Amino acid sequence: MTVAIDRATGKRRGDRAPRPGPAQRIRNGFQKYWYAYAMIAPVVVVLAGIVGYPLIRGVYLTLTDANSLNSARTIGVNHIAATYKFVGLDNYKDILFGPTAYDRFWSHFLWTVFWTAACVFLHYTIGLGLALMLNQKLRGRTFYRLVLVLPWAVPTFVTVFSWRIMLADSGVLNQVLHSLHLPQPQWLEDTFWQRFAAIMVNTWCGVPFMMLSLLGGLQSIDSTLYEAAEMDGASAWQRFRHVTLPGLRSVSSTVVLLGIIWTFNQFIIIFLLFGPTSAPDTQILVTWAYQLGFGQQPRDFAQSAAYGVLLLSILVVFTSFYFRWLKRNDQLAV
Amino acid sequence: MSTTTLEETVAAPAPAAEPPRRVRRRGERGPLGAALLHGGLAVASLVALAPVAWLCYLSLGPDKDDYLHPGRIAGKLSFSNYSFVLQHTGFFDWFKSTMIVAVGTTLIGVLVAATTGYAVSRMRFPGYKQLMWVLLLTQAFPIAILIVPMYQIFSDLGLIDTYWALIVINCTTAVPYSAWLLKGYFDTIPFEIDEAGRVDGLSPFGTFFRLILPLARPGLAVAAFYNFITAVGEVAFATTFMLDDSKYTFAVGLQTFVSEHDAQWNYMAATAVLIAIPVSAFFYLVQKNLVTGLTAGGTKG
Repeated sequence: MTVAIDRATGKRRGDRAPRPGPAQRIRNGFQKYWYAYAMIAPVVVVLAGIVGYPLIRGVYLTLTDANSLNSARTIGVNHIAATYKFVGLDNYKDILFGPTAYDRFWSHFLWTVFWTAACVFLHYTIGLGLALMLNQKLRGRTFYRLVLVLPWAVPTFVTVFSWRIMLADSGVLNQVLHSLHLPQPQWLEDTFWQRFAAIMVNTWCGVPFMMLSLLGGLQSIDSTLYEAAEMDGASAWQRFRHVTLPGLRSVSSTVVLLGIIWTFNQFIIIFLLFGPTSAPDTQILVTWAYQLGFGQQPRDFAQSAAYGVLLLSILVVFTSFYFRWLKRNDQLAV
Repeated sequence: MSTTTLEETVAAPAPAAEPPRRVRRRGERGPLGAALLHGGLAVASLVALAPVAWLCYLSLGPDKDDYLHPGRIAGKLSFSNYSFVLQHTGFFDWFKSTMIVAVGTTLIGVLVAATTGYAVSRMRFPGYKQLMWVLLLTQAFPIAILIVPMYQIFSDLGLIDTYWALIVINCTTAVPYSAWLLKGYFDTIPFEIDEAGRVDGLSPFGTFFRLILPLARPGLAVAAFYNFITAVGEVAFATTFMLDDSKYTFAVGLQTFVSEHDAQWNYMAATAVLIAIPVSAFFYLVQKNLVTGLTAGGTKG
């Protein structure tokens, strides 16, 4: 029975059992672990079938010139066979170095990086600030918490439409700005303000997740640490700097990573806020790739998939560096 | 953090129990501090509430252009948008599709994520590390790379325009995170319980179904919530894969009010409110467990 291999020996979680030799692994492997494998089998099968296979298919597509005109399709009763051909790495070459590559890829890439950095920074700082406030003992704390998680409770596609109404040319936000005699930007037309609006809406949507996670982290910090710091004469800032922040480290490293990944791939907000056709300069890589694959005629499947592969590679490289950095600092939460 | 909730209850009354000698950290806050605290939270709450409240308000204005003149709405509040949406649009069709997709995703997703989470929490097996990596990386998958090949695969299988396509796809996005989350939650359940079950002659599956699952209810609620929300809020695949307008989910149906030529913001607002109510209700049912469940996946313990 191996339900608690390393548990039974008294080792705590997080440690792996000593790795047995290869011969023993082959001998015992199946009998020893069959129920572990049975339990993970559904996930493995589903992920292999629905993610793994399309991934391989997608990578193959990037090496062809497939679009909606030469892919296999059925019009009425006629089935037309696929006629796209293998073109090697031409798609990547075209995207990264081809003519107008800056407009098509690099400008979106830089904007995506900026978007991710700005959004995650705002999510984290605002979330931390609110979590610190909510962690105080005060009247109406539950009420505040319930209201503050509202942006998360209401589906994003609903709230994005609400923002779209509010940000429209003569929408309420501009009317308020008008009555205050402030300039009224063209939120949904001007590129700079489109970007500003996108970051603002995404910040609004993403703060509750950070807030709740960090609040949980704050509540798990041992209160005796604060007492000890206070006995040693630490000021409020010193207590925050040397007790709160280190105590939040493992939660933070996890939620920041998740936040970066989610924001990098954030599709809904930009897609719905500006509609499918407008705002070419405000598209981050994900929405841009979608536009290439589904938002235009003919649909350029190959380039769209190539953008996807590039996106995934960026994230994989980033994540492995992040993990290496965490491991060096021993902050790994997984 | 097995003791998150416990410490919360222990930590909160501790300063209050102290005699008011203005020594304790939390007792030190004067009236100014309290005002700042309440002020900050009130402003934040207002910002969080405003777009939603504004949507509710606009949904009461009967005319198409009312959103441009919000002042006028107050004089002629009516529920006519709601009755129009309920009677003359595909609202109930959308509701049915959304529920089928969301409930299907939740049931399948939670079950699959729970077994996986348990396996990676309690057992160490060859391939463990790779599995955890895959679970993490799956969340990093941009839809852009998957959507084109998936579209082709599903159309080969004849699954375009079916609920199954969406359920399966939503599971792939929701399960990895749920499994990760549940792993953290299972880690907080003492493994002595597994041992006790084992001693009493339960099989590993029996331990899981009879002992661990009932104990993990808060974690399961959070995972279920996450699956449900993911399924309801999914836009890209639903937009691309659902062609028949009676099978639109809410996320797609809502877009139909706003086309290039015409924007029926009043109906859209009413529909949006009708969608938001059940989802938010569901959210608040499980929100009590949210903090515990989320950080259980995040902290080392």
